[in-house]
Amino acid sequence: MENRPLEYDYTVAKMFMFTTIALGIVGMLIGVILAFELAFPGVNTILGQGLAEFTNYSRLRPLHTDAVIFGFTLSGIWATWYYVGQRVLKVSMAESGFLMFIGKLHFVLYMVVVVAVVASLFLGITTSKEYAEFEWPIDIAVVVVWVLFGVSIFGLIGIRREKSLYISIWYYIATFLGIAMLYLFNNMEIPTMLATNAAGESGIGNWWHSVSMYAGTNDALVEWWYGHNAVAFGFTVPIVAMIYYFLPKESGQAIYSYKLSLLSFWGLMFVYLWAGGHHLLYSTVPDWMQTMGSIFSVILILPSWGSAINMLLTMKGEWQQVAASPLIKFMVLGSTFYMFSTLEGPIQAIKSVNAIAHFTDWIVGHVHDGTLGWVGFMIMAALYHMAPRVFKREIYSKSLMVSQFWIQTLGVVLYFTSMWIAGITQGMMWRAHDEFGNLAYSFIDTVTVLHPYYAIRGVGGLLYLVGFLMFAYNIYKTMSARPVEESELQNASPMGA
Amino acid sequence: MNIAELQAYGYFALVLLLVVVLYSYIYHLYSTDKKKGGHDYEKFSNMALNDDIGDAPVSPMSDDKEK
Repeated sequence: MENRPLEYDYTVAKMFMFTTIALGIVGMLIGVILAFELAFPGVNTILGQGLAEFTNYSRLRPLHTDAVIFGFTLSGIWATWYYVGQRVLKVSMAESGFLMFIGKLHFVLYMVVVVAVVASLFLGITTSKEYAEFEWPIDIAVVVVWVLFGVSIFGLIGIRREKSLYISIWYYIATFLGIAMLYLFNNMEIPTMLATNAAGESGIGNWWHSVSMYAGTNDALVEWWYGHNAVAFGFTVPIVAMIYYFLPKESGQAIYSYKLSLLSFWGLMFVYLWAGGHHLLYSTVPDWMQTMGSIFSVILILPSWGSAINMLLTMKGEWQQVAASPLIKFMVLGSTFYMFSTLEGPIQAIKSVNAIAHFTDWIVGHVHDGTLGWVGFMIMAALYHMAPRVFKREIYSKSLMVSQFWIQTLGVVLYFTSMWIAGITQGMMWRAHDEFGNLAYSFIDTVTVLHPYYAIRGVGGLLYLVGFLMFAYNIYKTMSARPVEESELQNASPMGA
Repeated sequence: MNIAELQAYGYFALVLLLVVVLYSYIYHLYSTDKKKGGHDYEKFSNMALNDDIGDAPVSPMSDDKEK
């Protein structure tokens, strides 16, 4: 033992890689089912009327969103944290029994929360707040899991050998602090068993049931401050952390401008928190708040593009790598989709555009070009880069990776183009009226017109799921592929045919 | 001066402050490498590129103790 050279310890990273893939499959599968339920309503009762309660759209929808956000994405964030954190701080988790214990506890408690969330949502136990459906006992468990993540971050920073913190570490810290603040304030709730209603009755409802501490417009404001910033600190900040590590490492290129990465970091931190109001345009929220939400959303283009352009310019002079390596393809397309959706979002947040876009499928399209094209691609690329280093084996198949890339790219394109057309059609039809102000169409008219686009969206989602299964298979086979030497792992990942 | 006028002045002052803060930060980032004892920020990219456990840190913790 004494003479063995010190190595990075990826035990916890491996555990989270497993949940990234498993929960990714679950979340995306439910997503595809939902897409086909919208296109073909019969799918809602596919397992018969008796089980319709568990298969209908409204019961499954929070399971999809929560599985991909808090299952797939969060696991991906943690898998990469337990990998990147050690490497850029130049300290191994094997050096601290305490941090190793915290890491494993973090994973085990997270699993407990996952089981509780899946069970409760399937049973229809929910607070009915979007992306914050978990009831109070689960919320408390989530806080404990989050604190363990924080202990892991600051514990590892505490024993580091590298004095300066690499830019990715700043982004991971921001993820931790941002979500901590958002989650606590949005989930302030009162268990109904502690409450007394106007008629003087107390101990109302089940013990796990709760109501939000905020009411009406205030509740909506807090909810969308949380909802939008969950996108910020769940889908943007930690994914930027990943690309700032994995793209330079895989390509062997230094970040184009480290200074620009710092400027974009502080820009993003300052601007993002004010933009949530754009979800409540034309609502009962004060007008100045709506305007502020719009303006900050437009300004948000600058720091977002600062990071994205920085990544594309990192490939300057090395573009042949994009053609040669499917792993680089995933990351370059990921950052391109990041630019695309951070331009699309601000456009939708402009009040006059929002008058058409609000509540339509265009919003759903926007979310998915960001999550499928940027978040999904980047997390898969990160795992592809990690797999050879974690398992000390080459990636099983390069050609499988290339096919996966093109199948999923086609899937994303079908998804967002169909939702653009559907959304704008919907928006225009809802607004259309005759010279006396009578609405030109009834709601069912829009549903009929949108049917083909819903079917195309279902196919797009299915293609993405197929690609994800190819990814899962590739990683699974990597565990038993050709063993590689340390020297092959410096930059470009070794890949089998 | 009524409240609306005050808000307008306050708004202008805030925008001015933010512009000054932003450009001072950019100036700081681009001028600090030339100064004695300043950071060469671009060197920090090497934290990702040379991240084996045996690689020399870009700015080792032990620097503190030597000073």
